[in-house]
Amino acid sequence: MTARLAKIVSSLAAVALSSACGGYSEISIETPIRATMDVSAFQRVFVAGFISGGSEDVDGNLETTRLLRSQLRTKSSLRVIDADSLPLQDVASEGRPAEQTPPAAVKDEKDLDAYSNLFANVEYWKKIGEEYQQPLIVTGTVLFTPHQRNSIVQREEEVYDSFGRRRVVPVRTYQERKGFILSPKFIFIDGRTGTVMHSTTAREEILYNANQATPALSSYFELMDRVIPSFLSTLSSQKIKGTRILLQ
Amino acid sequence: MRTVSVVLAGLLALAASPAWADAREDAKKQVEFGITVAQKGLWREAIYRWERATQLDPTYAAALNNLAIAYEHEGELAKARGAYEKALELEPDNALIKQNYELFREINDRATRKDSQ
Repeated sequence: MTARLAKIVSSLAAVALSSACGGYSEISIETPIRATMDVSAFQRVFVAGFISGGSEDVDGNLETTRLLRSQLRTKSSLRVIDADSLPLQDVASEGRPAEQTPPAAVKDEKDLDAYSNLFANVEYWKKIGEEYQQPLIVTGTVLFTPHQRNSIVQREEEVYDSFGRRRVVPVRTYQERKGFILSPKFIFIDGRTGTVMHSTTAREEILYNANQATPALSSYFELMDRVIPSFLSTLSSQKIKGTRILLQ
Repeated sequence: MRTVSVVLAGLLALAASPAWADAREDAKKQVEFGITVAQKGLWREAIYRWERATQLDPTYAAALNNLAIAYEHEGELAKARGAYEKALELEPDNALIKQNYELFREINDRATRKDSQ
């Protein structure tokens, strides 16, 4: 009986030991992601500017141009052209009758649609390409809009019964949350021909408790931080570091 | 007749179980060796070992999980997805495989974003 008991105890200990230290191990990996576009024909990149709209607290054109240039400088092999961003809203309105002029203040996606002809204007982009020695041109639209969502959220609350015993119970409460939505569209134009080579869109949103005052610019950078890796992987191969669990 | 069938089935199971145990034992050795070489950065060798382990024992979820990780490291994302999905079919409640798969999906979605034109 004692021997049988000892056998059971030892096998239980073995199971516990193997699950505690022998069953798995963490390992670092680097996942290579190939660039979506072949940019080997270009040596230079010109972030030309963006049609932007939404929140008035953030200049989407200025901030996006600045951020993409700085990211490309450090994370791509292309030489970044430092030049003033192009007056794209003026260019889009040129030569159009007043009733067809795109709205100066962009508020939503619909307003941005009016600018689609600008990016298809091959002659204009070819001229820009000649001016800057035929680079890869990056342009597009950036919509950064305030957003509000009210919903039921679940949180945990401590309660004590009449004997003073502590319990944690789930409590469902109605919560107002405010934040922003960032919807950029990146358009890549061949500076040699003026044609669109590739375009990519993204949509990211962030919500905070209604009583939390987060500056719009800080939210913009938080959201751009999520979008940047995918933007960069369009132009250059990336290695994404991470850890995984190997099992035995 | 029914008793005979039950006895025969029992005998068959008994006969098969040592073979199955041997296959798992061999596969386990391959998995362990794969882990050792992967930790030294020899990922191609690890892939060979874990592929061998899954051939020896196609029901070995841990081997498929490790193989998926190695494919991920080599940038073979379609193969990695296949291996993770097979591992999860075998052990749908394994929290560690699920965690690896979630992390993989985050990267895979980024690499194959559908909204690109």
